[in-house]
Amino acid sequence: MYETYKNVNENPCNMCMPLGGIIAFRGIEKSMVLLHGSQGCATYMRRHIAEHYHEPIDVASSSLNEKGTVYGGEKNLIKALDNVIKVYNPNCIGILTTCLAETIGEDIDRIKSEYKASRNISIPIITVPTPGYGGTHSEGFVKTSYRIVEELLTNKERHDRINVIVPNISTADLREIKRLLELMKIPYILFPDYSDTLDSPFNFPYKKIPDGGTKISDIMSMGGSIATIEIGINYEETPGKYLQDRFDVPLYKVPIPIGLRNTDRFLKLLNEITGNPIPKSIEMERGRLLDGMIDSHKYNFEGRCTIFGDPEMVYSVFTTCMENGIHPLLIATGSKAQRLKELIAGENNPLDDDITIVDETDFSRILKLSEEKEVNIAIGPSDGKYLTEKGGIPLVRLGFPILDRVGGQRILSVGYTGTLNFLDRITNTLLENKYKTYRKDMYEKYYKAM
Amino acid sequence: MELRLDIPEREKFIKMKGKHHKKEFICNTDSVAGSVSQRACVYSGARVVLNPIEDAVHLVHGPIGCASYTWDIRGSLSSGSELFRNSFSSDLKESDVIFGGEEKLSKCIDEIYEKYKPKLIFVYSTCIAGVIGDDIKAVCKESSKKYNIYVVPVESSGFIGNKAAGYKAACNSLLELIKEFPVLKKEPLSINYMGDFNLAGEAWIIKGYLNQMGLKVNTIFTGDSNFESLKKSTASSLNIVQCAGSMTYLAKKFEETFGIPYMKVSFLGIEDTSNSLRKIAAFFNDKDVMLKTEKLIEEKTKMAKPIIEKYKRYLKGKKAAIFVGGGFKAISLIKQFRELGIDVVVIGTQNGQKDEYEKIEEIADYGTVILDDANPSELEKFMVEKGADILAGGVKERFLSYKMGIAFIDHNHDRKHPLSGYEGAINFAEEVYTTACSPVWKYVKDGVDKYV
Repeated sequence: MYETYKNVNENPCNMCMPLGGIIAFRGIEKSMVLLHGSQGCATYMRRHIAEHYHEPIDVASSSLNEKGTVYGGEKNLIKALDNVIKVYNPNCIGILTTCLAETIGEDIDRIKSEYKASRNISIPIITVPTPGYGGTHSEGFVKTSYRIVEELLTNKERHDRINVIVPNISTADLREIKRLLELMKIPYILFPDYSDTLDSPFNFPYKKIPDGGTKISDIMSMGGSIATIEIGINYEETPGKYLQDRFDVPLYKVPIPIGLRNTDRFLKLLNEITGNPIPKSIEMERGRLLDGMIDSHKYNFEGRCTIFGDPEMVYSVFTTCMENGIHPLLIATGSKAQRLKELIAGENNPLDDDITIVDETDFSRILKLSEEKEVNIAIGPSDGKYLTEKGGIPLVRLGFPILDRVGGQRILSVGYTGTLNFLDRITNTLLENKYKTYRKDMYEKYYKAM
Repeated sequence: MELRLDIPEREKFIKMKGKHHKKEFICNTDSVAGSVSQRACVYSGARVVLNPIEDAVHLVHGPIGCASYTWDIRGSLSSGSELFRNSFSSDLKESDVIFGGEEKLSKCIDEIYEKYKPKLIFVYSTCIAGVIGDDIKAVCKESSKKYNIYVVPVESSGFIGNKAAGYKAACNSLLELIKEFPVLKKEPLSINYMGDFNLAGEAWIIKGYLNQMGLKVNTIFTGDSNFESLKKSTASSLNIVQCAGSMTYLAKKFEETFGIPYMKVSFLGIEDTSNSLRKIAAFFNDKDVMLKTEKLIEEKTKMAKPIIEKYKRYLKGKKAAIFVGGGFKAISLIKQFRELGIDVVVIGTQNGQKDEYEKIEEIADYGTVILDDANPSELEKFMVEKGADILAGGVKERFLSYKMGIAFIDHNHDRKHPLSGYEGAINFAEEVYTTACSPVWKYVKDGVDKYV
């Protein structure tokens, strides 16, 4: 059905591990990230993240040169830590490794311990091995979240909050999840909460580290929460699992609450765990979503869709398409996604769609398969503009990164309200495309050809 | 004003015009670890220089990130093939790092050849390819032979230096390639245009001028160039170099190897453009060329001047900061801001050279802060202290500038309007006006009375 294994990656559908790590660290209050490796890695990732969020992204680098590469980068790393502390005065420092540091075998944990002891430093310094060749940005995000929790969790003391652990979703989505929790009057710890740090309001004076982020003291006490709701289904070694294994915090894994069923599941779970009712106002939002789904169901049925991006996002977009009659014909991700494949294969397929799933893939393959399947809409990050340029397939931008439009960080897609926004974007894209050539198409089909 | 910094080691990279400094000013060296340098890497330098060669395949031998972050990175326009706008990677994984990636690289080239049959493939080395010791040269040589095409290695391992080292690596690869072609007989009124990457069509504008002057442009390095056009480069009588940081090295090598002299030019702003065109015409010492050149300058100046004067009325007295890649570009920008009545108060570059910084200091106003390899915190400090209203810089600087409530000029790779020549001078003035005089700044106020 499609070409088998190939060596060359033509137009990557993913970024590398440290990038996801940077975003996760941005979810800790007053934290700063340092990449241990060559200077370029930090600069490229900063540029990518900055263009998506439209925010200054300061990430330090140990700027390894030839000497550091040959004789070890310890001196560079120590100097970098000194300088980061001097300039940024952070409450927490994340050290992410790169391909280079891992390949030359840097022992960052030892360097860190000796550094903290010799400088008498009390702030947490969290190391995360994130070689670029070891996984994608999605894995980097999860691994970093895991390491943060593993490193900071000390407090077992029970309290009445619940943990809500998120994958890489938009800042608007984070705020929407908080709004839903607040409407349900549920005390929570959201982690990692980069909703303000990566989407900070304009204000004087300029702050080198923007306000916001999950408080370190909150992360420390995640072990005492009544439960963890972890948003994300594809990965197993997750912070939620760590909390369950080591701190006996019950773990509930749910897909990103995009779509009716996923949002129902999220809210019902909140209700079951806490006993707090789903308020009338949220019920109204649900009704409005249903009303909208009915309004556009016939248009949506014309959608033949390629879905690509992070595994977590791809899954929820897939189920949303399924419940709206949009035919998801190609599901693609640059990451490894065994669990995602199983879940999609196990999904009830009432319209008998010919669904193809590919992981660890690239855009040249996504384009080829999309063309074969005569797809008429694609949903995913902005690199999918390639599908539009080369294949004429319109793109609904969603996920990370969105580099060629403003507001990518503010795209709201979770919850009933977000889902309806998202669905409207899909439907309107289909309509726009249909009406572009409608008169001509009908003329060709029924006047000229008859 | 004090030039004291949080990182004392950085103080030797900074100077102020008119102020005596105890320490010697340093540039073009390794970034200070942890200083949050805005610089990229060797590979990036090489990639941006070679990427506009449009019918070539650009294959990155390394882990996926290097290719991912540089896919279609430069807004170079093409009048022909669009092959260069794809990003190919050997996508090295953990096992390749352990067992070596040569075989995979070789297979990648096979697959690329099978699908595209290109005449030219550039294979870029990355940090990892370098450190695991893959013999890229040997693989390239073998594949070249196998398919009878040019598979050119680019020695751009990220840790061997900074972006400037990447420019050099790219130039070396270009030179090695061109040396393989037959050396052509010199054509008297012909020229190579080096260091223009045809961002938003800039090289087309300049090529148009040169043609109007009666000169033939054989090869542009590398904007809108291709395999065939590179072959013609040895027929030229002169190389003109616009982006000095990336291409002076190649121009020098051309002089050594093919006896083609070179001159540095700049097409940023009316003044530099006119001066450069005259300099080129003078080189050929041809009456017809000189006459045509004067005619062109007169016409174009007449067209551009009044528009620029119009914007100047709104912009006079504002203060600008500059932070760009190369020193030569910074020098041109100083003049261009002056054409608009704007004083430059902070000037920095990522990879400026010693002689360029000397020139910058010479033409800068007293009190201007000059910095090499500046970081966000230093840019912030000096822009505030010097009261800058506008910053000209790249993508990363844009968001710092906006967050500080400061107008911004995009002098980056993916700008969507040309800034070269007279047309570019108008666009520049327009862009400065657009950002500096936008109504949004009226609402950017501090204090309790901020509610309008």
